Amino acid sequence: MQGLPFQPEQASSIAKSVDQLYFFLTAVTLFFTALIFSIIFYFMIKYRRRSPDERPKAIEGSFPLEVLWTAIPTLIVALIFVWSSTLYFRNSQAPRGAMEIFVTGKQWMWKVEHPEGQREINEVHVPLGRPVKLTMTSEDVIHDFFVPAFRVKKDVLPGRYTTLWFEATKVGTFHLFCAQYCGAFHAGMIGSIIVQEPDQYEAWLAGGAPGESMEQAGAKIFQSSGCPTCHQADGKGLGPSLLGVYGQPVKLTTGETVTADDAYMRESIVLPKAKVVQGYSPIMPSFQGQVTEEQLNNLVAYLRALGKAQAMPKEEGKQ
Amino acid sequence: MSTATLEPRVRAQKNYLNADYGWKSWLFTLDHKRIALLYMVSVTFFFVIGGSFAVLMRIHLVEPQGALVQPETYNKLFTLHGVVMIFFFLIPSIPAVLGNFLVPLMVGARDLAFPKLNLLSWYIYIVGGLFTLYSAIAGGVDTGWTFYTPYSSTYSNTQVTAVAIGVFITGFSSILTGLNFIVTIHKMRAPGMTWFRMPLFLWAMYATSIIMVLGTPVLAITIFLLALEHLFHVGIFSPALGGDPLLFQHLFWFYSHPAVYIMILPAMGVESEIIACFARKKIFGYKIVAFSSVAIAVLGFLVWGHHMFVTGQSVYAGLIFSLLSFLVAIPSAIKVFNWTATLYKGSISYEAPMLYALGFIGLFTMGGLTGLFLASLATDVHLNGTYFIVAHFHYIMVGGAVMGYLGGIHFWWPKISGRKYPNAWAALAAVIIFVGFNLTFFPQFILGYLGMPRRYAFYPAEFQVLNVMSSAGATVLGVGYLIPLIYLIWSMRYGPVAEPNPWGATGLEWKTASPPPTENFAEIPVVTEEAYAYAPEEAAGD
Repeated sequence: MQGLPFQPEQASSIAKSVDQLYFFLTAVTLFFTALIFSIIFYFMIKYRRRSPDERPKAIEGSFPLEVLWTAIPTLIVALIFVWSSTLYFRNSQAPRGAMEIFVTGKQWMWKVEHPEGQREINEVHVPLGRPVKLTMTSEDVIHDFFVPAFRVKKDVLPGRYTTLWFEATKVGTFHLFCAQYCGAFHAGMIGSIIVQEPDQYEAWLAGGAPGESMEQAGAKIFQSSGCPTCHQADGKGLGPSLLGVYGQPVKLTTGETVTADDAYMRESIVLPKAKVVQGYSPIMPSFQGQVTEEQLNNLVAYLRALGKAQAMPKEEGKQ
Repeated sequence: MSTATLEPRVRAQKNYLNADYGWKSWLFTLDHKRIALLYMVSVTFFFVIGGSFAVLMRIHLVEPQGALVQPETYNKLFTLHGVVMIFFFLIPSIPAVLGNFLVPLMVGARDLAFPKLNLLSWYIYIVGGLFTLYSAIAGGVDTGWTFYTPYSSTYSNTQVTAVAIGVFITGFSSILTGLNFIVTIHKMRAPGMTWFRMPLFLWAMYATSIIMVLGTPVLAITIFLLALEHLFHVGIFSPALGGDPLLFQHLFWFYSHPAVYIMILPAMGVESEIIACFARKKIFGYKIVAFSSVAIAVLGFLVWGHHMFVTGQSVYAGLIFSLLSFLVAIPSAIKVFNWTATLYKGSISYEAPMLYALGFIGLFTMGGLTGLFLASLATDVHLNGTYFIVAHFHYIMVGGAVMGYLGGIHFWWPKISGRKYPNAWAALAAVIIFVGFNLTFFPQFILGYLGMPRRYAFYPAEFQVLNVMSSAGATVLGVGYLIPLIYLIWSMRYGPVAEPNPWGATGLEWKTASPPPTENFAEIPVVTEEAYAYAPEEAAGD
C-alpha cells in the first residue's frame, strides 16, 4: 500500500489502520458505482426505445428484491460501523504514561510548551516511538490541530481543553495544519511536527535554554496569585488542600462527584463558583482575564505535580 | 409538430403568460405559476452571482500563493459563495420554482392553498436577498456560510449582522412555502387523487415541506442568538462572555443537516418523474420510494452530530451519531436501486431531461457513497475539514440537487414556457456539465485525503497539480451552465411551440394546455388511475 500514488505519508501508529478502512471504503464505493453504472448502461442499450409507440408492461416492484437491496447495504454499513467505531474507540484514549505537551492556538499561530519548559512556535518536536499526548486550548476562536501524516485531528476550543495523542513511527518533518477556519490568515496557521530519534530529541530538549519547567513556572504563578493563602497544604485554609487531588474524585456541594482532571482544574480557576467542593463556601474570585492561557497551562502542570504528592491526612474542611 | 400551423392557434389561446401584461400583473400576481417564474428569475440571478464567486475562487487557487486576491478577500468569496448558493439558490430552487409551478397542477387544483402567502414568501425572499447583496457590496462577510462562533460573534469585523438578518428573513419564505405545500397536498387533491396515486414528486415535496416547517425556525433562533451576541455582547456562544463555544454548532447543524435534504429530496422527486416518463414505466417499488423520502426527512433530524466528531464531543455521542448517519444512507441506496430497476424492460429514450436524470444517478451515487467515509468515525477524523468534505457535498448538492433542478427545468420547460428548446444543444450541455463537474470535484477527493484543509487562501505547493485540474474542470463546468441559459432564453421567443404533452408523460400537469391557463384546468380533473400509468392496459382511460 505504501507505493500507491495519491496517498499521504503514514507516519503514526494508527495511520496504517485508518488507511486500511479508507481503502475498504474506496473499494465499496468503486464497486457500487461500477455496478450501478454498468447496469444503467446495459439497460440503456438493451431497452432503448425501438419504436415511438412502444408501451412496455408495468412492473409493480418486487418485495424480495426490496428486502435484498435493503439488507445488503445494511450489512455493509453495519460492518463499516463496527470496524470504524472499534478503531476510533481504541484510539480515543491516550495510552498511560504518554509524554505530555501543551498546545495553545491563537490567531494565527501554534504555541507549544513542553513540561520541561521548552517553548516553540509553529513547531512541535517529538521523539520517535513514544506516545505523545497534547492538551490543547485556544486564546481566541476555534482552531483545529491536524496532522495528515498521523491521521489525527482535533478542534482546539477557547475556554476548555481538548486532547489528542499520537505515536510517531517515522523520523521527519510533517505538516501541521489548522483545519478549522479561524479568520484572515487561517491558511497561514500551519507548522511542522518534527519527529526525531529519542537521543536527538533529548539533545534538543537539553539544548536551548529552558529557564524553568512548566511545573516550576506554575508554582511561581500559584504563589504570586495568592493561591496558597486559602489552599493551604494542611487543608486548614479557606479552600481545600490541593495535595493529592489531581486525578481523584471530588465530592461537590451539589452531592455530585467529579474527577479532578485538567478540565475541572481549569474551570475551577476561571469559573470557581461552577463546581464547589463539598464543605467549602463559594468565595473564590474568578481568575478569568487575570491569567493568560499559557499561565493556566502552567498552573495545571503544577496542580498535576501536586496531585502526585502525598495527600495530607483528611481533615474537616472549614465552613 | 409543424409549428407554422400551430402557432397562430396557440398564440390566440389564453394562458397564464398572456393573461395580462405589465409589471403590476407580475409583481402583484397571486397565480402560483407566475410566482414560480418570479422565483425562477431570482434564483437564476443568485446562481449567477454565487457562480461568479466560485469562478474567482478557482482562478485564485491556480497558484499556491494565491493568484488573484488577498486572503481576506478570498475568505469573503467562499463565504458569500456558500451563503448565496445555499440559502438563495439551492434551498428555494426546486421547491419554490418547480414546486410552486407543479404542486397545484399535479394535485389537480387551481392554485396553492394560500396564494397571498405564496406571493409574500417571494417578497420575503427578495428582502432577505437584498440584505445579503447589501452586505456583499458594503464590504462582505468572512465567517464561512457556517458562521461558527466565537469567530462570527466576537472576532469578525465584517458585515455579519447584515448577512445574519438576510438569512433570518429568508428562512420565513421557506416556512411559508412549506406550509403552503403541506396544506395543499392534504386538502386540495382532486377527486380520486389518493395519497398513493400521487406522483413521487409530490411525496418528495411533502417530505421537504416537513423539514422546512420544523427545521427553519431553529435556524432563525440560532441566527437571532448570534446577532444578540454580536451586537449586544450577550454571552451565549463565546466563552469569554460565559457562553458555550459548541452550542452554536449543535443548533446550526440541527437545521443545516436537514437542509441538505431540503436540497436533495426535491431532486429525487424530479428524478422519479423523469425516469418513469423516459422509460415509459411505473416507478419500481413506488411505495418504498415514497416512504424512503419520509424516512430520510425524519432520520435527517437525528444526525447533526456527525459534523462535530472532532470537536471533542463525547466518544459515545460520536458512536450514536455515526450509527444514525449510516442508517440515513440506506433509504438513499434503496431509491437508487429502485430507479435503476425502473429501467428494466422499459422503453428508454434519451432526450435531454433523461440525460440529466441519468447524470444525477451517477453523481448522487458517488456523493452518497463518499458520505460513508464521513459517517465512519475513524476516517472522518482524517477527512473532516479537508477538501474531501468539499468534494462530497458538491457531489450531493451540485451533482445531485443542481442536476435534478436542471433536469426538471428541461422536463417541464415546454409546460412552463409553451416552447421547446433544441434537444441537441440540451444533450450537449448535459454531457459537458457531467464531464466538467467530475473534472472539478473528483480531484478534490484526493486533495482532501492528502490532507489539504478547506478554506485555505494559499496552500503548500505539493497540492498545486490537483488544484489546477480542479480549476480547469470548473471552466468546463461554467461553460456547461451557460449553454442552457442561452438556449432556454432563445427558445422563449424562437423555440417551436410545445403541444400539451410533448413527452407522452402521465400526470395531471400534462393534461392541460402548454402553457396552462391561469385557472390550470377548465374543469377539475377526476383521477381514476395510479401514477405512472404508462403501460397499455392502464393507459386505456387516457
